[in-house]
Amino acid sequence: MNDVFDVAIIGAGAIGAALARRLSAYDLSVALLERCADVCFGVSKANSGIIHAGFHHPVSSLKARLEIRGNLMFEQLQHELGFPFKRVGIIVAAFSYEEMKTVEHLYEQGVANGVPRLEICGRERLLMLEPKLNPDTVGGLYAPTGGIVEPYRYVFALVESAVRNGVALKTEFRVVRAQHDGEAYSIESEAGHRVRARRVINAAGLHADQVSAAFGAEAFTIVPRKGEEFLLERNAAGFPNQVIFPVPGRHTKGILVIPTVEGTMMVGPTAVETEDKEDVETTSDNLDRVFAQAMYMVPVISKREIITSFAGSRPVLPGNDFYIGISRSAPHFIQVAGIQSPGLTASPAIAEYVKDLLKQDGQGLTEKAAYDPFLPPSARVREKNPAELDALMSEDPHYGHIACRCESVSEAEIVEAIRKGHTTLDGIKFYTRAGMGRCQGGFCSYRVIKIIARETGIPIEEITKRGGGSRLLLGKIPVAQGESSEQQMK
Amino acid sequence: MEHEIICLGCPNGCHLLCTSKPGGAVDVTGNTCDRGADYGREELLEPKRTVTAVVRTDSPRVPWISVKTTRPLAKPLIPELLEELYRATAALPARRGDRFIENFRNTGVDVVFTRTASLEEAT
Amino acid sequence: MIVEAFVGNVPENAGFGAPPGGTNTPAKVISHMRDLEYDAVVIGAGAAGMAAALRVHAAGFRVAIVDREDHLGGILLQCIHNGFGLHWFKEELTGPEFAERLAAQVREAGIDVYLNTTVMDLVADNGMKSLIACSAEHGVLSFAARAIVLAMGCRERNRGNIGIPGSRPAGVFTAGLAQRLINIDGYAPGKRVVIIGSGDIGLIMARRLSWVGAKVLAVIEILPHPSGLTRNIVQCLHDFDIPLYLSHIVSRIAGQDRVEAVEVTPLENGTPNPAKTFRLECDTVLLSVGLIPENELSKKAGVQLGHDTGGPRVDAHLMTSVDGVFACGNVLHVHDLVDFVADESSRCGGNVAAYLGAGLSAGGQGRVQAGPNVKYVVPHAYVPGQDTQFSLRAMIVKKRGTLQVKRAGVVIKRKTLQHIKPAEMIYFKMKGTELGPAGPDPAPIEISVE
Repeated sequence: MNDVFDVAIIGAGAIGAALARRLSAYDLSVALLERCADVCFGVSKANSGIIHAGFHHPVSSLKARLEIRGNLMFEQLQHELGFPFKRVGIIVAAFSYEEMKTVEHLYEQGVANGVPRLEICGRERLLMLEPKLNPDTVGGLYAPTGGIVEPYRYVFALVESAVRNGVALKTEFRVVRAQHDGEAYSIESEAGHRVRARRVINAAGLHADQVSAAFGAEAFTIVPRKGEEFLLERNAAGFPNQVIFPVPGRHTKGILVIPTVEGTMMVGPTAVETEDKEDVETTSDNLDRVFAQAMYMVPVISKREIITSFAGSRPVLPGNDFYIGISRSAPHFIQVAGIQSPGLTASPAIAEYVKDLLKQDGQGLTEKAAYDPFLPPSARVREKNPAELDALMSEDPHYGHIACRCESVSEAEIVEAIRKGHTTLDGIKFYTRAGMGRCQGGFCSYRVIKIIARETGIPIEEITKRGGGSRLLLGKIPVAQGESSEQQMK
Repeated sequence: MEHEIICLGCPNGCHLLCTSKPGGAVDVTGNTCDRGADYGREELLEPKRTVTAVVRTDSPRVPWISVKTTRPLAKPLIPELLEELYRATAALPARRGDRFIENFRNTGVDVVFTRTASLEEAT
Repeated sequence: MIVEAFVGNVPENAGFGAPPGGTNTPAKVISHMRDLEYDAVVIGAGAAGMAAALRVHAAGFRVAIVDREDHLGGILLQCIHNGFGLHWFKEELTGPEFAERLAAQVREAGIDVYLNTTVMDLVADNGMKSLIACSAEHGVLSFAARAIVLAMGCRERNRGNIGIPGSRPAGVFTAGLAQRLINIDGYAPGKRVVIIGSGDIGLIMARRLSWVGAKVLAVIEILPHPSGLTRNIVQCLHDFDIPLYLSHIVSRIAGQDRVEAVEVTPLENGTPNPAKTFRLECDTVLLSVGLIPENELSKKAGVQLGHDTGGPRVDAHLMTSVDGVFACGNVLHVHDLVDFVADESSRCGGNVAAYLGAGLSAGGQGRVQAGPNVKYVVPHAYVPGQDTQFSLRAMIVKKRGTLQVKRAGVVIKRKTLQHIKPAEMIYFKMKGTELGPAGPDPAPIEISVE
């Protein structure tokens, strides 16, 4: 490729996506480079989807400032992009007078940070807000501006908007080395592809340290802090009105009880520092511990309602703050590293902040006349009443062909996801929710596989769960093994 | 030599001890009824199984069609039968019960379709 | 009428994944919702739904079957093995044959069948029930009916339900999904396979995979005894030298992109002993760890569910807690033989016909309770003086046991059972006379095995 991009963003998680979309409003050529087969397949995939209110971090931190600013931007983003978001509120429940002291501290911190409408609740007020809470509570904090979002839909929508406004998305582009030739960086992927760009933004999440090293920029180490969460089915008994936090520990916010925008619920996450960035294994020890803590807050939560568990890692830097700034050692290189919680909440504000850094670095920013902040709405059968569904089907009858029974996802929605570039089983799952419900793909995955094959022409045996070597089927029957006769009956 | 065989004559699942004697006779112990003795004898001398499988068709509309043997087939012949089935292609339309392979290896065992598959559009 | 496609002449590929421009594009453009009225609507076209509908139809009522799949017969079409039909058709059949026989009866009867049609909502107040369904071909359909039969079947428990630790690579399938991929689509889910759970589906799949050339390394069962039938242990495992590890669990699934191995840990006195963990290199894990009645629609209808069965609580007539809503087959409780599904569902259809016609017997019903060593008994109520077929699931393994029915502390029936196993549903009948004279407030009966 001979074109030189003005800006290359490395990493298409929440941060890279928000940045790409923000920059797409200007007359810039932008490349968004993602190592995985689809966007939002890294750190952001396992995000809890909480839009934090902004009382957890001290006013002195960059985190707190960006968190508050980000929080306030979500209505506008939802209006433009249509992803699922609800300002359901957050409560922090205390179970002792000791804990109430921490609640008071959080209140003061939140007020200092500028969190609107924050209140300290007595027991009665808290139980009125959250009747499922353990009545042993002594009170807590209520932040009505906290919210929940579907993290992948948020990221997908940002990227879709960015691409519609001219950003070049390159998936399966795992950056291995880069060279600056005085004019621009030449960025090389593991597969040998090259992209040239004058400025580079490192939003590589867990791999930001390796990317920084590849560009000869600052040396630092990202420590993965693994978190495991449990997803419970729709209409679960413990589904709360608000996101429920315990009184936080020193490093983490504790085990939460989280309503999702889509009506399922989550409990978790754990927080364990690991060495392996690829380690997203779940363990058997966590289940009892997580549920004991969650059920202490909301006693009606039931393990019977678990649909699945999953783990992800937060990219943590020493000191726990975000590291956002222009590199002092590599030219025209901006670091956006250590973006752990509340990174999702802060992401639109981080995008704003980094845009200003680009300007500071000498990048001219002219608003693009043709910029369209809006995404055309996409229809979801499960959100429709019969009359609306009927109207939808007169446009495309495939909205009446339900492929995923648990989440009521139609063939038309799956085709839409594929046409938007989501061609792995997980990509379609995160875009449409097909396979995300109680049967976990038992009934729909063969249908989705067939639709992917039909729409893309990819042979069925080459369709993957999430790209790379994650092939789903290993050939036609009979299987050639080279040992087939040994396999037959004795 | 003694062989332990679980009787499948009924759900009781008696554990039979079967010993072959010179001249083809079989001693069966552990059975609780005569059917058990018969079962043990046959399972030791000539075990048989019903085979079910799917066969490739000539139509992308129903790419595979299910088949079965009409009677249990001697176990040693099963790999050969499977290989033949995997090599074969069934021409549609096919009806349930239609013969696909007749008298396999002179055993008197046929292979028949277990479902009906037509070429027409559904009406 | 709208009867569209039957098992047999079903274009397997006509629905999902059909070639563009093929039969996939319905010609009809829907302009408005269609209202339909029946005496009864049956949800589900598997063995249960067909058997129930046939009986309702035979009694002269207008009945429709609605199913989201493109064929009659439900899951039977992919169950290509034999072992079906001995009780119901008095002949040993494979799954597709069983399905086609019932489907032929449905076709001969002229029962309206709506295929590729998904029920989206079910409102069942007393009186008329309404049901909203949609399909690419018919658009949005609004059914009104006096009676509804829930016959949606069940689904498989999955990895999340049993919480197997480890990574989340491709290559973990439920046994039923693997069965579908092999038997309908002709694709191999894997080459070196470990099966978790010794239920019948898992055992059948061990043989099926072996017969398509895959290597089945082991079957891992958490219980100290196999969950499947002895016949299947012999013919699906022993025939292929596949080891069955009882009282073992898979303690970890490993692999980044695709499954690379599982770790297996023995249980000692019910707890895992990690020191004895061993590793099996494989590319595929199949789960056969139980079935769960599929009751999302039942919940929408406000039907009360039981924890014991996972299905609706039903009275002596297999009617749920909502008047006019009946349930039968695997949506009610998980059966191990389709023959019993057909039998139960046909009886259910008879009750529906009675409900629609002369009315169900008005006599007071007594509760049926699961006693010692019994997980559940269906139905959950009885009518004294009325012959009743009971299904029960034992919790013990025993040879030559006894089944005992007590009423008000008095034994009213005792029956010797040759063998008792959780894997084999106990299906037994009591005569009306045994259940005592009709009365306004019959005492509960308790059923136990020992």
